[in-house]
Formats: sequence, C-alpha cells, structure tokens
Amino acid sequence: MTAFTMPSLGADMDEGVLQEWLVKSGDRVRKGDVVAVVETDKAAIEVECFQSGTVGRLLVPPGTRVPVGAPLAVIDEEAVPGGRAGAAEEPVTAGAEAAPPTAAGPVAGTSPRGTPGPAGAGREASGGHERPTPRRKAARASGPAAEPVRGETRRPPEPAAESAAPVVGAGPLVRHLALLHGVDLAAVHGTGAGGRITRADVERAQPPPGRRVRATPYARRLAHDLDVDLTTVRGTGDDGAVRAADVNAAVLAGTGPREPERPDRRRDSGRRPDTAAPADSRAERRTDSMRRAIADLMSRASREIPHYYLYATIDLAAAEDWLRRCNRDRPPADRLVSAALLLKAAAVAAREVPALNGYWRNDGFAAAGEVNLGVAVSLRQGGLLAPVIHHADTLPPDVLMARLKDLVQRARRGRLRGSETTGATLTVTSLGDQGVEAVFGVIHPPQVALVGFGAVVERPWAVHGMLGVRPVVTATLAADHRATDGAVGARYLTAVDRLLQTPEEL
Amino acid sequence: MKPLNASDAVSVIKDSITRIVPDADFTRLEPDDKFRDVLELDSLDFLSLVELLSERTGVRIDEVDYPELTTLSDATRFLVERTARPPGPRR
Repeated sequence: MTAFTMPSLGADMDEGVLQEWLVKSGDRVRKGDVVAVVETDKAAIEVECFQSGTVGRLLVPPGTRVPVGAPLAVIDEEAVPGGRAGAAEEPVTAGAEAAPPTAAGPVAGTSPRGTPGPAGAGREASGGHERPTPRRKAARASGPAAEPVRGETRRPPEPAAESAAPVVGAGPLVRHLALLHGVDLAAVHGTGAGGRITRADVERAQPPPGRRVRATPYARRLAHDLDVDLTTVRGTGDDGAVRAADVNAAVLAGTGPREPERPDRRRDSGRRPDTAAPADSRAERRTDSMRRAIADLMSRASREIPHYYLYATIDLAAAEDWLRRCNRDRPPADRLVSAALLLKAAAVAAREVPALNGYWRNDGFAAAGEVNLGVAVSLRQGGLLAPVIHHADTLPPDVLMARLKDLVQRARRGRLRGSETTGATLTVTSLGDQGVEAVFGVIHPPQVALVGFGAVVERPWAVHGMLGVRPVVTATLAADHRATDGAVGARYLTAVDRLLQTPEEL
Repeated sequence: MKPLNASDAVSVIKDSITRIVPDADFTRLEPDDKFRDVLELDSLDFLSLVELLSERTGVRIDEVDYPELTTLSDATRFLVERTARPPGPRR
C-alpha cells in the first residue's frame, strides 16, 4: 500500500488544487494512467499514476488545495479485500461532498481521451477470462473474494465482502453496451438468471440523471468559468466529447443556460465556497496566478543564478534547403518547420556538451543522463508554459515535429499531462515567430542553461571570400556561471552550428 | 475541387483561422494586413492553417505558395484562382 501524492508539476510548484478524480476507489490503474486533474498556478494538468495497482481510498475531495507531496489517495499494489469497505469508497472528508459511492466515480467510457477508462478496467477484471494479463498479479493476490463468480448477485456493499473489483455478472456484449452508454455496471441491478445484468437492465439504467458528460479538462474548466452546464453543450470531439470550442460556441449561441444549482455534485465539485471565486473572475485569476508563478521563478533565477550570455549567428542555408526538399512532396500535415530542426540540433549538442544538460542542486552540478528539452510555449492569453520533449536527442525530426505540434496545441488548450511538465534538463525558447532576431533568456532553475533561437532571416553572408544572401538564425545561450564557464558554452553553440550544416544527419 | 467565389474563400479562410485562434478578432484585421502578425500565428499555427485550407478547398498548397497566404485579400485571390483552374504541371 502506497500513497499517491500530489506530484510536483514543475520546479516552481509548491501546491495544487485537486480539481477532479478520474478514478474511484476499487479501480485498477496501471502506471501511466491518468487518474486525476490537478490545477496548478499555470494550467490544469492531467496527472498520471506512477505505479500499477488498485485505487484504495481517495483521501482528498475535488476542489482541495494541497501541498506537493501530500497524499491524495491510497494505491494498493495488491488488492486486499478486507481492507476496503463500502464506506471507504468516499473521500474521507466526504461530509462536504456527500454523494453515494456510485456517483463518486466516473462512469465507464468517460475517460477524457476515449481510452478504456480505469473504471471500465476495474470491472473488466471481474470478468474472469477477460482479465488482462498485466493485471493478473493484483487480481490473483486479492484472494478468493476477487475471484469472479460469473453470475453472482450484486449485493449492497458490506465490510470485508466488497472486493477490490466489484463483482458484476454481465457478458461482454452487455459490458460493451454499458461502456457505450456510460452506465456503471456496478450500480445496475441485474434481473437476469442469478442476478446477471441483461441488456435490458443496461438500457433501463441509461442515461442516469445528471450523468457525467464526456469533456476535455479544459472544456470543463471553461464551462465552469463561464457557468455553462456541460449537459447542454453539443460535443464535437472524439465520441462526442465536449471541447473548449464547443463551450465557447454554446456561450456565443446563448445555448448555455446558467444553472448554478445542479444535482450532479461532480460538476459542482470545484465550486466549494472556500475555494471558488465568482465565475467571471476566474479566467482572470488564472492569468494572474500564472503571472505570479513566472514572477517568482524568474526572480529566483535572477537572484541566484549568475548568468553569462553567448551568441552565434548560424548559416541555415543547408538546413532550409533540406527542409524545402523534404517538404516538397509532403502534404501540409507531414511538413516540418525549422523549429523542429533547431530543437533537434539543440538536443544533440546537449548530449555532446553534458555540462550544460542537468541541474544545479545543493551547491553542485548534477548532469542528467538523458536530454529532455523544455520548450517554451507562449499562450495566447498571456504567460507561458514549458512542456517537455523527453529524449529529444534520440528522436528523428519527423517524430520531434509531431511531438512539438501536439505539445504546443495541448499546452494552449490546457490539456498537458503531468509527465509532460516535468523532467526538463535544458530549455529552448524560440522567439523567431515574434519577429526578433535573438533572445537572451533567463534560466529555468534548477537547470543550468537556456538556449534561444531568433527569427530565420536573410542576411548578406560571406563564404570563401564571396558575398551572398543566406538564411541565418541567431542562436543564444544563457548559462549558469556556477556550473560552467564561457568556453563550455562556446563549445555548445559551435556544436549547434556544426550539426545544422548536415541536417540530413539530424 | 469546387470553384470558390471571393466570399466563399474569405469565409473558408476566416473559419479556418478561427479554428486555430478561437478568439481571433477580424474586426481589427484589414484585408491587406499581414494576418500572421496581427493575429499572432506562429509557424506551427500557420502550418495548421495551410493544412485546413488545403483540406477544405482541395487546393494543393506548396511551400512556394506560402507568400500568397500573407493577407486576407492575397489568400482569397489565391484560393479563387486555384479552385477556378487546376494548376498545370508545377516545377
């Protein structure tokens, strides 16, 4: 049994608001599953589980602000049937959130990205032969109580009898139907032989009043900010999931009726009086809090890090030429932009000059074993995020480009995952699109360097005694003088230059 | 590929931009303004725009055509022309 704790979603994060649980007690989770949405000063982040097991008690109700490291839920690596009673399915502080256990968890099929939700997985595990092998360990270890008995009657929860995975008798077709309609099988009374849940039972059960609407976290937040009832919004996302654009459209069309009192507490969960401000000031507050977070971090960087700066103007003729040839026969969706090559070069150079790739901690430098590039992304409403491309030095430009597009898009729509906000070993900022030629940045502690790229511009350029016009880019390096000296920084920029001269090898 | 008139083309362009910049304010965008600058489209946004326009109109848009997509009026003319007559062999 271990605690699932509030993760640190960035070096500057001290606390976060548990905005929403995407799992409930009894759900099987695998390492990497998204289990909750946490709101930081900067964004709503989908937080992944760091181990596989069964969700035990949820310790913190939605809407609670907790410090980094505080336990949020109990994860049982091995399901222990006796350790979980029906009453424990609610958050400990459930007094304020009174809701029946069945309403506390998301119903099947509502996981944000349309992957089989953990809720579904939990029931899946009870289906005997359907139990997926990776989860066998947990299920087997849970003893007889978890051994599914097909057709067993669903009983009201009682201590020690309630197994980790609710035992529900239902065939695969019925399960599928339930998933499709967002019906929680655990809450369905089976009328078939031996209490088996039939198709008719599922159809009767759907849709439960005020059932959870499929929506992206950002759409949820927006709906919350704008006081829009998600059940009234038509979703255009995958499987009809409501996207932010749909919420906006609903507001513009005037079809988002204000409905402050909703029976479904899940959507009200962020509105506890002690944590929620009036709806219309909330978006503004987000921008303010992000500004403050950036202010704090940058002040600290400026106070603690003795920066030194270097720059080099790099001939991009070869790189641009290669890009042009490469893009010629590609549809727009597969084309590369210069930024992808610049990032790749920055990452490979970091591998070559490891003294700039890592962290300054406890008065010393610790090199990172891998190159994870933080990429500064400016947000339209102001502020910036630096999502991380892990192992960027090993990714071919195509893959890097795809990651970049995906991350930038999701950073701007507020749908980053926890693992994408942490672990950067070096940050790159590109301000070329804003029309400047060079950027001398402030290092993101505890990293020890920041690489900047300006706009790709055409300039007169002398090669072999001849003057020509070439596309060039100014690459800059801001580095921590505690960790390195100028000579190391110079080696880095020289490497970036050299790498960009042979783009086909990147 | 369906021929587009100028007003069809403008609405396809504006609609595509709105999908990339949801709060794009076209009231402050003149037909001859550089919309990438005014609406702050970065190179990834611009690529998405090319993708959308090409998808919706069936027009093949190569990198050499990018300069045609600088202002609303240029882009409109480009789409009207390209949908009116398919381009001959290129390059």
